[in-house]
Amino acid sequence: MAFTLYSLIQAAILCVNAVAVLHEERFLSKIGWGVDQSVGGFGDEPGVKVQVMTLIRSVRTVMRVPLIAVNSVCIVLLLLFG
Amino acid sequence: MDLPHHGYRPTKTRARAPPPSADPLLFDDTSSSQPAMNSQGYYTPGYSMAAPIGGPQVDPAGNNLFADPMANAAMMYGSTLANQGKDMVNKEISRFMSMNKLKYFFAVDTRYVVKKLMLLMFPYTHQDWEVRYHRDTPMTPRHDVNAPDLYIPTMAFITYILLAGMALGIQQRFSPEVLGLCASTALVWIIIEVLVMLLSLYLLTVHTDLSTFDLLAYSGYKYVAMILTVLSGLLFGSDGYFVALAWSSCAIMFFIARSLKMKILSSLSTDSMGAGASAKPRLRLYITVATAAFQPFIIYWLTSHLVR
Repeated sequence: MAFTLYSLIQAAILCVNAVAVLHEERFLSKIGWGVDQSVGGFGDEPGVKVQVMTLIRSVRTVMRVPLIAVNSVCIVLLLLFG
Repeated sequence: MDLPHHGYRPTKTRARAPPPSADPLLFDDTSSSQPAMNSQGYYTPGYSMAAPIGGPQVDPAGNNLFADPMANAAMMYGSTLANQGKDMVNKEISRFMSMNKLKYFFAVDTRYVVKKLMLLMFPYTHQDWEVRYHRDTPMTPRHDVNAPDLYIPTMAFITYILLAGMALGIQQRFSPEVLGLCASTALVWIIIEVLVMLLSLYLLTVHTDLSTFDLLAYSGYKYVAMILTVLSGLLFGSDGYFVALAWSSCAIMFFIARSLKMKILSSLSTDSMGAGASAKPRLRLYITVATAAFQPFIIYWLTSHLVR
């Protein structure tokens, strides 16, 4: 398949949007991936699940505002140029 | 042909200082009396005494260039602008990636490049895969064959693009857009691979000293294998292509497995608990094996359409 850099940017935006729509208390807590279930043992072994939960939480916190801007720009550009 | 640079060669871009293109309208109003007289004041002593007074603009040998004082003033203005632009660009770039770290990867010499290329194509007899350290900092590629560098991947990437253009041209399928498409496809695959590696290393809490540039270097070594397969496919036809594909795939798999084994698998903590230690080496082994096994597929994917 022939990738362009633009398709990579599109894929990245879609993936980050997908992570950003996972709501903390409506969804993640219900399936046991909430932030209150992630404080685990001390030691040096966080485990894969805790790492994934931390990653989701940090992506949501960091990318909330930039995603608004990027999505607006994408919407305007797609409306104008198809 | 416009090749993408992607920030890999900062030194080369900086070495070509842009020639000043002064707008004559900028100097028109003031050109009547004063700058001309000042410049004349600079020039005549320079020509008569042949001693540099005013600095860089007095050059008795360059008669034609400095005969026009406006061009000289324009050149000074332009070089000031260029310096300001250069400082601003340096400041902005050094916010994202540290240049010292990048310079480490380009500190190579010919002997290292030759040995590394031979190692990439025939790694089976190499005994010592440890990266040597020198007082806590890894040694530069000049002193250590096992150190990763970014020079070979960059050169191999560009050579691969040129070879792809040549292969397509031989089959009468060439057009300039195809070249750009090939380049961006290869680049996107590298970026995807580096991101997946970073994600898996993060999720499995593998504490290595593999930085992003290291992973980029190790991913970029497969371009050498791609060049070899495309070359033999062009020279010897389809049979040569598959033979070279098999040979270089095995070589690259072995190389990546041995190199990453040193970095990933041997960074286990000494006091790991019994229950945890059984899971971690297995997952790290999976990462190493998966990275090595991914290489032949991507080599085949990116080169098969060039050699029909």
